Amino acid sequence: MEFFTISMLNGLSYGLLLFMLSSGLTLIFSMMGVLNFAHASFYMIGAYIAYSISKIVGFWPALVIAPIAVGILGALFERYFLRRVHKYGHVPELLITFGLSFVIIELVLLIWGRTPVDFPPPEALRGPAFTLVNSSVEGMRLIFGAAPPAMCSAADPAVRVVCSPFPATRGFMMLVAVAMLAALWLLLTRTRIGLVIQSALTHPEMVEALGHNVPRVFMLVFGAGSALAGLAGVIGGSTFVTEPAMAATVGSVIFVVVVVGGMGSLAGAFVASLLIGVIQTFAVALDYSLGDAVRGIGLTLSAGAADQTLLKMSISQIAPILPYLFLVLILIFRPKGLLGTREG
Amino acid sequence: MQISGSLPAAAVPAQRRNTGRLIVWGGFALLLAVAPLVFPSNLSISILSQVGIAIVACLSYNILLGQGGMLSFGHAVYSGLGSFVAVHALLGIGKGSFPIPVSLIPLVGGLAGMGFAVVLGYVTTKKAGTPFAMITLGIGELVFAMSLMVPEFFGGEGGVSANRVVGEPFLGITFGKQIEVYYLLAIYTLVCTAAMFAFTRTPLGRMLNAVRDNPERVEFIGYSTQRVRYLSFIIAGFFAGVAGGMYALNFEIATAEVVGAVRSGGYLLFTFLGGATFFFGPIIGAVLMVFASVLLSELTNAWQLYLGFVFLFMVMYAPGGIASLIMMNLRVAMHRKLHRLWHWYALLAVTAALVLVGFGAVVEMVYHLQLGAALGAPLRYLGVSLDVGSAAHWIGALAATCLAFAAFEFVRRLFAREWGAIQGEIEADMTFKEPA
Repeated sequence: MEFFTISMLNGLSYGLLLFMLSSGLTLIFSMMGVLNFAHASFYMIGAYIAYSISKIVGFWPALVIAPIAVGILGALFERYFLRRVHKYGHVPELLITFGLSFVIIELVLLIWGRTPVDFPPPEALRGPAFTLVNSSVEGMRLIFGAAPPAMCSAADPAVRVVCSPFPATRGFMMLVAVAMLAALWLLLTRTRIGLVIQSALTHPEMVEALGHNVPRVFMLVFGAGSALAGLAGVIGGSTFVTEPAMAATVGSVIFVVVVVGGMGSLAGAFVASLLIGVIQTFAVALDYSLGDAVRGIGLTLSAGAADQTLLKMSISQIAPILPYLFLVLILIFRPKGLLGTREG
Repeated sequence: MQISGSLPAAAVPAQRRNTGRLIVWGGFALLLAVAPLVFPSNLSISILSQVGIAIVACLSYNILLGQGGMLSFGHAVYSGLGSFVAVHALLGIGKGSFPIPVSLIPLVGGLAGMGFAVVLGYVTTKKAGTPFAMITLGIGELVFAMSLMVPEFFGGEGGVSANRVVGEPFLGITFGKQIEVYYLLAIYTLVCTAAMFAFTRTPLGRMLNAVRDNPERVEFIGYSTQRVRYLSFIIAGFFAGVAGGMYALNFEIATAEVVGAVRSGGYLLFTFLGGATFFFGPIIGAVLMVFASVLLSELTNAWQLYLGFVFLFMVMYAPGGIASLIMMNLRVAMHRKLHRLWHWYALLAVTAALVLVGFGAVVEMVYHLQLGAALGAPLRYLGVSLDVGSAAHWIGALAATCLAFAAFEFVRRLFAREWGAIQGEIEADMTFKEPA
C-alpha cells in the first residue's frame, strides 16, 4: 500500500513535470504549427542558468530569474530566426529548431563541460515532505517531515514497521506544476491577452484585421513556452541531475506525450503526461519478468529457456522503451491521439 | 493545352541531355575509379571508402527529405539495423552456415533495411509532416533503447564484430586490403546512385514529388498518399540498409551507436547542407560529412558548434543547401552576369573569415578556460598567444567578433540588393525571350 501511494505520487510528480514541458510545446505547436525541437534544450539551459545563478544569489531568486532569462532567449530566437524561415514552410521551421537544439547542446558542453554539475535543491527541500509509517500493529500513519528513527524500528521483532518518505522536491515539483497550470488556465480564459491568443490560434488573419499584432503574440507565446520549459528545467535539474544529456532524455519523451495526447490538444497533453509519468515510474519500480510470470502460473523453465533475454528481462529493464511502445500502439489503434481532434 | 504545346519541345532537349548525362555519369565513375590512385595513402583510401558509404546513406535519406518532403529523425535505424544484419551474415559466412560471397554483404544489409522499413515504416508513414518527424524520432529512440537491451543480437556495449576475410576468394580478391574493399564499395556507390537517380524518374518517384508538393490534390486524383509514402519509405530503407551493409564490410563491426539519434541527426544535417532540392546535393553533403568528422575534428574540439551555426545560417539564408547555391550561380553565369558578383564574393569571404577568426578565438578561449584551466599553459591560437586570465584579451576577441559581424552583415545586405537586381534582370530576360 505504501509502495503504491509513494510510487503513485512519484509518478504524478514526474507526469506533472512532463506536462510543464509539453504544455509549452503544445501551445507553440497549435498556435504556430511549429514543433519546437529545441524545447527540451530550453529545459536544459533553464537548469544550467539556474545552477550558475544559484551559486551567486541562491536557489529561490534563481527559480525566478532563470525562467525569465530562458523566456527572453526563446522570444529572441523566434524574432530573429524562426520568423525569417516561416515563409519557407514547416520543414525549414522544424529544421531551424533542430539546428538550435544542436547549437545549444554544444554551447552547454562548451560552457559547463561534459560532466554533470552539482545543482542541489535548497536546504528547505532536502528532506522528505512527509513519511508514511506503516506498522503491522498500529496501521498506516502520515507524519509531516522526516519520521523520528524510533518510530521506524519496532522494539518487538514480530511487529513489521515500514517508513516510506516522500521527497520534498517531488512535492515542490507538483506544487509548482499545479500552480503553473492554474495560472496558465486563468491567463488563457480570463484575460484579454488570453482571448487574443485563443483567437489567434484559429483565426490569425481575423485577429490581425482587428488590429492586434499577431507576430508579437506569436513571439510572446514562444517566449512564454520557453520560460515554462526553463522553469521545469530549474526544478527538474535540481531534483534529478543537471547534465548535457538531460535534454535528450526528456526531449523524446515529451514528443511522445504530444503525439499520444493528440497534436495540439492541451487536455490531451495533460492526460498523456500523467499517464506516461505514472507508467514509467511504476515500471522502474517493478522487478518482475516474463519468466517470473511463466513460473507464477506453475510452469518450470529449462535452464536454456530461463536464460533467454526475452524471458529474463524485467519490467524495470524495459521501462525506457515503454513510452515509445505506447506511441506505436496509439498510432496503430488511435492515430488521432487520446484527445486529439485532427488527423494529420 | 500546356501539354500539347510543350511535348515536341521537350523531346528535342531529351536527345541532347542524354549525351550530357553520359558525361556526368562517366565522370562520376571515373572519379570513383581514379581517386585512390591520386590519393594512395591509407588515410585517404579509408576516407574515400567512408565517402562512398556516406553518399549512399545521404542519397537514401534524400528520397525521404528532398523527394518526399518527409523529415525523418530516425534514418539511422535502417542503415544501422542493416549493418547489424550484415555483420551477422558475415559471421555466418565465417562459420559456413550462410554460404554467399562476401561481396554480396551490402545486399544482405539492404534486404534487412528493407524488411525493417516494411514493418516500422507502416506505422511511421501513417502520418506526414510534423507528426511523421516525431514518430521517426520515437521509433529511433525505441530501436536504440532496444539495442542496449538485447545483447544476443546487438552485442551489448561492445557491439558485434566479424572478419571480412572469409569464404572463397574470388579472382584472388579476399578483401584483406582496404583498396579491394574500396573498389567494391565504389561499385556499390555507383550502382546505388544510378538506381536512386532512376527511381526519381519512375512513376512512383514522380508521385512522391507530387505527394510532397500537394498531397490533397494527389488524394483527389485517386492516389493514396499514405501508400506512396510507404512504398518510397521501403525503397529508402533498402538503400539505407545497403549503406549499412557497406559500413559493416568496411569497419567489420557494428555497435549500438550506428542506430543512434546522433547518426540520424548527422544524415539530416549533411543532406540538408549539401542540398535536398537537387539530386546531387546529398553527394556534396556526404563528402562534407566525412571530411568534417575526420579532418575538422582534428582541428578543433568545438567543430560541432561551428557546424551547428553553419547549419542555422544555411536554413535561414539558403534553404536549398550548397547545391542550390551552385545552381543559382550557374544560372547567373549562363546569363553572363557573374562578373558583377565577384568582388562581392571576395568581400563576403573576407568578412566571413574575420567573423570566424574572432568567434573562433572566443570559443577557443572558453574551451581553454574549461578544459585547460588546470594546465595553466597559455592558449596558442593562429600563432598568437591568448591569455584567458586577461580581461583585455576577452574584450578584444569579443569586440573583433562583433565588428567583423557588423561588417559582414553590411556587405551581405549590399550583396543581397545586387543579387536581387540580377535575378530581376534574368527574369525579365527570360520573359522577353519566351514569345520568340
